[in-house]
Amino acid sequence: MIEIENLTKRYGAKVAVDDLSFVVRPGTVTGFLGPNGAGKSTTMRMIAGLDEPTSGTVRVNGKHYRSSRAPMAELGVLLEAKAFHTGRSARNHLLAIGQTAGIGSRRVDEVIEMVGLCDVAGKRVGGFSLGMGQRLGIASALLGRPQTVVLDEPVNGLDPDGVRWIRLLLRQLADEGRTVLVSSHLMSEMAQTATRLVVVGRGRLIADSTVEQFVARTTASSVVVRSPEAARLRGLLQGPDVVVSTDRSDVLHITGLDAEQIGTIAWQANLPILELSVVQPSLEEAYMQATRTSVEYADAASLEAVR
Amino acid sequence: MTTASVAIAPVVSSGAGPVTARRLIHSEWTKFRTLRSSWWTIATSTVLTVGIGVAIAAASAAEKTSSAMPVDVATRGEIGSIFAQLALGTLAVLLVSGEYGTGMIRSSMTVVPKRLPVLWAKLTVYLAVVFPVTLATSLATFALGQVVWRAHGRPPTSLGADGVAQIVIGAPLYLTVAGVCAIAIATLLRSTAGAISAMVGVFFVLPTVWGAMPASIAEAGRFLPSNAGAALPRLATTAHPLPPWIGFAVLCGYAIALLGLAAWRLRRADV
Repeated sequence: MIEIENLTKRYGAKVAVDDLSFVVRPGTVTGFLGPNGAGKSTTMRMIAGLDEPTSGTVRVNGKHYRSSRAPMAELGVLLEAKAFHTGRSARNHLLAIGQTAGIGSRRVDEVIEMVGLCDVAGKRVGGFSLGMGQRLGIASALLGRPQTVVLDEPVNGLDPDGVRWIRLLLRQLADEGRTVLVSSHLMSEMAQTATRLVVVGRGRLIADSTVEQFVARTTASSVVVRSPEAARLRGLLQGPDVVVSTDRSDVLHITGLDAEQIGTIAWQANLPILELSVVQPSLEEAYMQATRTSVEYADAASLEAVR
Repeated sequence: MTTASVAIAPVVSSGAGPVTARRLIHSEWTKFRTLRSSWWTIATSTVLTVGIGVAIAAASAAEKTSSAMPVDVATRGEIGSIFAQLALGTLAVLLVSGEYGTGMIRSSMTVVPKRLPVLWAKLTVYLAVVFPVTLATSLATFALGQVVWRAHGRPPTSLGADGVAQIVIGAPLYLTVAGVCAIAIATLLRSTAGAISAMVGVFFVLPTVWGAMPASIAEAGRFLPSNAGAALPRLATTAHPLPPWIGFAVLCGYAIALLGLAAWRLRRADV
């Protein structure tokens, strides 16, 4: 369990995380979303005790992480930036890390096999590809069988096989009762893996809900109608919340009315309908909608910086 | 690649135990021995100490007018350790700055979030390796110097002779504690280039520059870390060095003060 309360982090005048509060519960995979610079990595660094909050608190499994007795049993972390010595082999890296908690070479070999690094375990990490580095980072995070796992962009640099592997791994960790917080830029991946979402923008909380609730609340579903009489039908689809758009002369995209209402209106007016379908919004659309203002702000700010 | 097995034991059976001093020292020893730079710097320092010491012994033995006083003979044997200090200082700096430069520090500080024990474990491993190695090197250099000296028909001296042991043991003590300063400086500055520059500046440039000052200021040069510590093996470059053990105590004082600052920064600053 990760409990974040009124968390704020300032770097000089810049506010990276602004009064953020949310709870990540065990037994589920929680996705952590937000545009670049939204404060995701900073929040994860504060969870891991690397950055001290300016104010507010972070508790991992009910405790202040920096004072935990057996840290590796509490929390495993993969951060965005690499965290190994390039001159050391993967196996020796894991050994050195594990030895702080009395973890021996058997468990080290186990995680090496688990992440698929057997062939290169004896090679120096400096020559690793991005994907191999990610796998080593994941091995380090899981080495101590931690109760809580925090992974920043774990699928970064992984091939489709690796992406699928991560998806299965995260679900299994959650099924075992662990707390899993994972950030990603790949919305389709998040939609398949996470059951809960924490969305941040400009360091503030935008949403904290299940994936379905988030999508439903943020974006309305729309209806697509294809009709040779589209122009006449459009004239009949009136109402305070109804928005109709079109990109082809025989197709209408409608929000504010459901498929039943539209079908009934067309039938009453005796207009032929060739296609009538409901379009469920994707997580990606919902995310774009929810974070638009913070992204716009970021763009404006970067333009400001250019001037 | 193996993607099938994602087996992990249930939450209740965690393999990770508490962090203890023993475990941390074990971990730091693994970190130390698994980097090539550790062994290269130690080998360099040993070769420099022995090579320069024996070469100087040979040169002075061949020169019939050179002093045969036991302390002078012993001191000449230790001149190489001044050069060895560059290699050992680099080793000490890299133990810490190598972690900051590569990002390893994020792993180290995440698995030991109390942070300070990592610094103490590093220091322990450094002391446990560097003091025995430099002491053995110093003894070997002295013994080889005696062989050369005797071969030229000059009167031999021994470790038991007045002031000799202080020099032969003093040089490795000086090197070891100077390295402790380097570890502290690297923890404060976090960068390899910065910390090595600072070490060279303080231990090599500063005493030279100070020596060129007017006598009234130059006198205070004996309190510089280099001159204070080097008073023990009689390698100080100042006209009136501190008494040997007092000088060494002053160097230890610098080391402890720097470690205090380093510990404060390590604990307080974001990694």
